[in-house]
Parts: sequence; C-alpha cells; structure tokens
Amino acid sequence: MRRLWIGLTYVVFIILLIIPLSRIAIGAFEKGLDGFMEGLLRPEALHALMMTGLIVVLVTLLNALFGIMMALYLVRANWLSRRIKGVLNSIVDLPYAVSPVIGGLMIVLLLGPDSIIGGFFEGIGFKVVYAFPGMVIATLFVTFPLMVREVMPVLQEIGHDQEQAAATLGAYGWTTFRKVTWPSIRWAVVYGVVLTVARSLGEFGAVLVVSGNIMNKTQTATTLVYQDVENFNVAAANGVALVLAAFSVGILLLMEWAKKRKDVQ
Amino acid sequence: MVCGVDRNAIRRREGYDMTTWIRHRGWTWGFRSTVLLYFLALIVFPIFGIYVQSFSSGWTHFAESIADPIAWKAVLLTIKLGVIATLINVCIGTMIAWVLIRYRFPGRTLLNSLVDLPFALPTAVGGLMILLLLGPGSLLGSLAEKMGAQIVFHQPAIVIAMLFVTFPFVIRAVQPLLEELDPLEQEAAYTMGASKARTFFKVILPSMLPGIISGGMLAFSRALAEFGAVVLVAGNIPGRTLIASVFIFGEVESDNPAGAAAVSILLLTLSFIILWVISTVQQRGRRA
Repeated sequence: MRRLWIGLTYVVFIILLIIPLSRIAIGAFEKGLDGFMEGLLRPEALHALMMTGLIVVLVTLLNALFGIMMALYLVRANWLSRRIKGVLNSIVDLPYAVSPVIGGLMIVLLLGPDSIIGGFFEGIGFKVVYAFPGMVIATLFVTFPLMVREVMPVLQEIGHDQEQAAATLGAYGWTTFRKVTWPSIRWAVVYGVVLTVARSLGEFGAVLVVSGNIMNKTQTATTLVYQDVENFNVAAANGVALVLAAFSVGILLLMEWAKKRKDVQ
Repeated sequence: MVCGVDRNAIRRREGYDMTTWIRHRGWTWGFRSTVLLYFLALIVFPIFGIYVQSFSSGWTHFAESIADPIAWKAVLLTIKLGVIATLINVCIGTMIAWVLIRYRFPGRTLLNSLVDLPFALPTAVGGLMILLLLGPGSLLGSLAEKMGAQIVFHQPAIVIAMLFVTFPFVIRAVQPLLEELDPLEQEAAYTMGASKARTFFKVILPSMLPGIISGGMLAFSRALAEFGAVVLVAGNIPGRTLIASVFIFGEVESDNPAGAAAVSILLLTLSFIILWVISTVQQRGRRA
C-alpha cells in the first residue's frame, strides 16, 4: 500500500514536472550548442532579456519598499481605524483574483491613449501604455500582494511588545524599525523578494496586453517566447525558454533556502 | 588620533541630525500618504475603473456584449474546464500532500521543493513545454493522433495547462493541516476497531477538508484566470477551445475594449466571490 502511494507520487511528478522540464532543455539543444546560442544571441532576444531584467529590478525595489510599509501600517498603525484596516487588508489580495489579461486591460483603459490621464501624458510627450512605464505598472499591480502577505503574518506573530519597549526607552521610529523590527522580519522580506522576482520574471498576460509586444522595443522574454511560438519558430523559442526555466529553478532553490531561514526564526 | 576623535564627534552629530530630521512629523505624514496613495492608485483605482468603464455606455451595451454567444460560451467553457482541472488537482494534490508528509522515502525533500516549480516557472514556458511534449510532430502527440485522440489545440490541452499551473495549491494548503494532525487520533481509531478506510473517512479526511476546499478554490480561481500557458496550447476556436482570458485578449487586440471589459467584470466578479469564500472558510477554520 505504502509502496503504491509513493510510486504514484513519483509518477505524477515525473509526468507533470520532470519530463516537461527536461524536454525544454533537450529542445533548446536540438540543433546543438550553436543553435542554442544563435536563438539566444539574436538582437531581439538580448533586448527582450534586458527589458525583463529592468522590469524585475524596478518592480522588486518598488514593491519591496511599499509592500513592507503597507504591511507595517496594516498591522501596527493606530492612526487607521480597525474597520479601514480590515477593508484595506482584503483589498490587498484582489490582484490574486484578477486574471493578468484583465489587469493589463485595466491599465490600457485607465492610461491608454484614449483615456483622460493617458491623453494628458501623451500631450506632454510621455507614453505610458505600449511603452516601458505601462509594463512596469502592470507588473507592479500583479506582484503587489506577495511582499505584504509574507511580512504581515510575521509582524502579527512577534507582537509589538519589543517595539513599545524600545520606544519607551527613547528610541525613535526609524531606530526602532532598524534595530527591533527589521531583524525579525528580515527573512520574510527575503522570501517576499524572491517571490516577487519570480512573478515579475514570468509575468506574461498583463505585460502582453500593455506592451503591445513590439519587437526590440517593448518585448520581454516571455512575450518573445510567445511570439516565436506563434511564428512557428519553436526552436528559437526554446533557447529563451531554457534561460527562463533555469532562472526559475534557481529561484526555487533560493525559495527553499529562504523558507528554511524563515522557519528557524 | 585627534583626527579620529573629530570624525567620531562629527559622526555623532550627523547621527543626531539624521534622527531629528527623520523624526519630523511632516515626514511621517508624507510617508503615510505616499504609501496609501500608491496603494489606491495601483490597486483600487484600476479595479474601480474597469467596472465604471463597462457600465459607462449603459446597461444595454453591457448586456449586448455579454449576450454575444462567443463571449458567454467562452466564459462557460472556462468554468467547465476549470472545474475539471480543479477536481483532478484535488485528488492528486491530496494524495501527494499525504505521501510527502506521512512517508519517509528517498527523494522526498527534492519532490517537496519541486512542488513549487509551477509557481516559479513563467506560464508561457509552461505552455511551450506542453506544446513540445504533446504537440504535432512529438512522439506522444503523433501516438495520440493515431489512436484518434486529439490533445493539443483541443480541450484536453487546456485542462493539462490549467492542471500544471494550479498544481501546487492543494498540496500547499493540505500539508500544514496534516502536519498538525495528531497521529494518536488515528491510532485511537485503529485500536477501537475502526478499519483503515473508516479511519480515513472519519478522522483524517475531515481534518484535511478545510485545506482541500480552500486549496481547491484557489486552484479554481487561478485556472479561471490562466492565460499564458493556455494561449499557446489552445486552438482558440470560438465556442470550442476559446477560453475567457484568451477571448478578452482577442477583443483588446481587435480594438474592442468595451466588449473585453464586459466579459472581464463577469470573470472578475466570479473570482472575487471565490476569494471571499476562501477567506470565510479560512476564518471559520481558524475559529474552530
């Protein structure tokens, strides 16, 4: 009985995860190392990878900063009434429920060339949608809950006795945060950062809608894979896909490591 | 020596200046309003905007967009395939969670970390994987075709894509509950003469149930929203293999944002209800 269950588990993992993952690796080297390098070193592939890198860095920085602040306010702020905090708290989760395509559509509707705000920005020569800023905003929207949801439970768990003690002893807000709060939320923040990087690296639907997927301009790594497949150029798609998959496996290892550190605390 | 002392003194004074500077009330309020504004502008405003947008040209226009058979068939198909994928996931997810927690065997830690792979992997890459494995020209794809089964560009491929993307949810929701479950309870049931099956259904299953439900719901809402993996493997034929998110994308591409918005709020409202149910289930679980 026991053997059967373990065997079944292995079968599911091999069919659903391991075979597909190795198929990508084989596919990328189907035409040898040269074929792989050729697919990866195309100018549009390099540009797409650079765009993805820029988005990941910007989004992770912004959402880490605002996510930590938001979590602090939602747990600690006494200048917000409990009811408002409850409402805000449930709103934080909404991006989880929004399909990425719909997230992208929202931004096109709000900031697109035909909208009031978009028209204003267009007037002063600043393109939002079908340009880099829109892609960043779309990714910010999709990844916002990740950091907040990692940090909040830790803050709730540690309580605010220590922080109050520090404040009573005369420490100011920033000092209390740096010396008392930060050490205990550190690993939760690391875990949140890893999750945010993973999600913004792989974001596809929202970015596809917002970017317009213009080659060498607004194309990211994932939308390049999509376009290659649509153009029946699967071999070229494999190279970029393998790089993305390798990153994901690296992120997975980081996640394991951060989770262990978080649990120790 | 003198220089060192001086530097320390300066550093101390600077430190003092820093704290008074940061302590200023204006900063506190500035921070607070920036964070709240960021939150409102990024999350609340767009969601609010899409509801306003789809009703801006009146109810009739909204109803027309929904009544389009291509639109409602896409939504229904999404729900149908999402339910199938979720049910499969509930079964294998519960089994895997059980095996990973209860049994010790070689490779267990590795499998346990592999569970999260679909979270970490870009969904477009996931779709490409399925295409490579089962698509035209592949070994399995041609084999299935010979037997008369069509997978890629047909409904089975969509279910497989949804299955892959939502794989971790049930496992990750059930695992903590199983960890907490006291093995003594099971043993008590055994010693009192209950059969294995009876113990499972009377003792183990009820304690896993909140996890199965909330994990299943999360998987379902993710399946409804899935786009990247599905768009690559679905044939996108209206009424047969066109799911809601791909339909919305098509409407945006063909410059019909109003139609896209109408279907979007149908899907959004459904997802919000699911989210609300999940949080209710979890709260009740916590209270119990």
